[in-house]
Amino acid sequence: MAASLSVEDLLDAYRTMKTIREFEERVHVEFAKGGIPGFVHLYAGEEASATGVCMNLTEDDYIASNHRGHGHCIAKGVEVSGMMAEIYGKGSGTCHGKGGSMHIADLDVGMMGANGIVGGGPPLVCGAALSAKLQGKGGVALAFFGDGASNQGTTFESMNLATVWKLPVVFIAENNGYAEATASSWSVSCKDISTRAEGFGMPGVTVDGHDFFAVHEATKTAVERARAGEGPSLIECKLDRFFGHFEGDNQKYRAPNEVKTIREEKDCIKRFSATITADTDITPDDLAVIDGEVQALIDSAVAKAVADTEPGPETLLTDVYIKY
Amino acid sequence: MARKILYQDAINEALDQEMARDDSIIVMGEDVVGGTGANGEMDAWGGVLGVTKGLYGKYGDRIMDSPISESALVGAAVGAAATGMRPVCELMFIDFMGVCFDQIYNQAAKFRYMFGGKAKTPVVIRTMYGAGFRAAAQHSQCLYNIFTHVPGLKVVMPSSPYDAKGLLIQAIRDDDPVIFCEHKALYATEGDVPEESYAIPFGEANIVREGDDVTIVALGRMVRFAAKAADTLAADGIDCEIIDPRTTSPLDEDTILESVENTGRLVVVDEANPRCSMATDIASLVAQKGFGYLQAPIEMVTAPHTPVPFSGALEDLYIPSPEKIESAVRKTADYGN
Repeated sequence: MAASLSVEDLLDAYRTMKTIREFEERVHVEFAKGGIPGFVHLYAGEEASATGVCMNLTEDDYIASNHRGHGHCIAKGVEVSGMMAEIYGKGSGTCHGKGGSMHIADLDVGMMGANGIVGGGPPLVCGAALSAKLQGKGGVALAFFGDGASNQGTTFESMNLATVWKLPVVFIAENNGYAEATASSWSVSCKDISTRAEGFGMPGVTVDGHDFFAVHEATKTAVERARAGEGPSLIECKLDRFFGHFEGDNQKYRAPNEVKTIREEKDCIKRFSATITADTDITPDDLAVIDGEVQALIDSAVAKAVADTEPGPETLLTDVYIKY
Repeated sequence: MARKILYQDAINEALDQEMARDDSIIVMGEDVVGGTGANGEMDAWGGVLGVTKGLYGKYGDRIMDSPISESALVGAAVGAAATGMRPVCELMFIDFMGVCFDQIYNQAAKFRYMFGGKAKTPVVIRTMYGAGFRAAAQHSQCLYNIFTHVPGLKVVMPSSPYDAKGLLIQAIRDDDPVIFCEHKALYATEGDVPEESYAIPFGEANIVREGDDVTIVALGRMVRFAAKAADTLAADGIDCEIIDPRTTSPLDEDTILESVENTGRLVVVDEANPRCSMATDIASLVAQKGFGYLQAPIEMVTAPHTPVPFSGALEDLYIPSPEKIESAVRKTADYGN
């Protein structure tokens, strides 16, 4: 366990992971009931990655996310009830109902947006990192992307550019084993995505993405390197998603009992809880208190989102430069 | 004070004056400096046609060469714009948008609206377009209409050195993403340009020439061709009014409609291919909102619906010419006679 983390940090990490989990489990249930429109891609199972990464960041640092972005948003500090309202398409949503699940963004907390385009984020963080570098405030920018985006040209171009321009970027490849319904063991041409880093002149490391501490440590090293002006790094988190590619995915491409086994044996929150209750003074009761608070937060977010009003028709033509 | 300078020098002067004014303005692109990492001189090119020459000496690291990676380059400009900078990114040829269009139309164009007004993306993408250089099908296209189709982007087409400077200054100060289209055949043209800084507002067409008989709406390089045709026609007693929209998005509908209300006849001149083009867009605008003004069918002078050919003999046929414009104006002027 990382000695650098205080009890307070550990409890914060637990709260973040639990918030993501409860948020996603609840969206899954509400989506099935028919209350949520559109496409929804859930992050449950991958919480240790977003949380372990973002705990190394400040509000002045930027992240870009992907279609599976709820966890990244929560870990970066986007307000949960605004997110829920956004997913419901309500006027009080983070983006006033104009973005939805795939486009939640809050630049004020350094969240450059979930992104509906696979590989859309890596070029953008090069820009945020360039801003940070030119502004000289020591900021860094991180891109979360999946094994699918690890095969996109935009990702390769961005890795090359980040090295050439010596940008404070960290590339986080979240390899959950599937790009949609296609296995990464087939679609990614190398065993570990992290080995691609060498071709772009940057350090690369693969970590167990179910292990909060491994993710946290690897990111700490990469972020310190970036802040010191030494350039980008690539971290591959190997992990698993509890749900399908999108809500409604029949997941027939997964082995029978695959998800059941993952939930039983690779649950990052169970693993984290066991470690911190064994190695520190934190007790299961402390965690139960947080569980209750998280549950109340999600309940209230859903109730508020359901009750909120739809965006007014006049907003159809706002936030764009001209109304033809 | 006005003096005559080249279109390309007007662009350089706009960049220079704006970079001196605001430290958040940066310039990035392939060989916009030229020589980075090489053993010879820096600023060896200053852009493939020398448009950004000299800026490196004044602004150093604020102008940077990029690898030939248009997605990463344009995406980095967009990301920098969303996080506090005002990048001017050079996409060398408009034809290259094929390898980076996602970052323009899915990212830059969408942020402000899709994020509920919580983001702004003040990025300018300068790009060269147009035929006439024997540069063939992949370096000669007029694809501004494709950008014009996308909400969230502003699209600018300066037709003179004066407009190039004033519109670029406006583009840099604007908080929306701007596609700034420079016709490669205009770089060496000369015109009056004030030394002091000035901005030309978007969405305000320029009435290049006043006339009562026929309205010609022309874009970019075609404005000069229309002026040439109008000179010839004036000798025959046909007075053309030439409207240069200056920006295709936003489009100044009112000025076009008011002119057609006065003349009753419209010729649209667009170097692009004809289908789903600015020519058809402006024709449909007038047909929809100015039908009652029309005394003759609308004429369009455009390229044919073919790729741009290489051979000079063919390329000269491809590009709308002053003669073709003249003939279209005569056709509409003679209609009904």
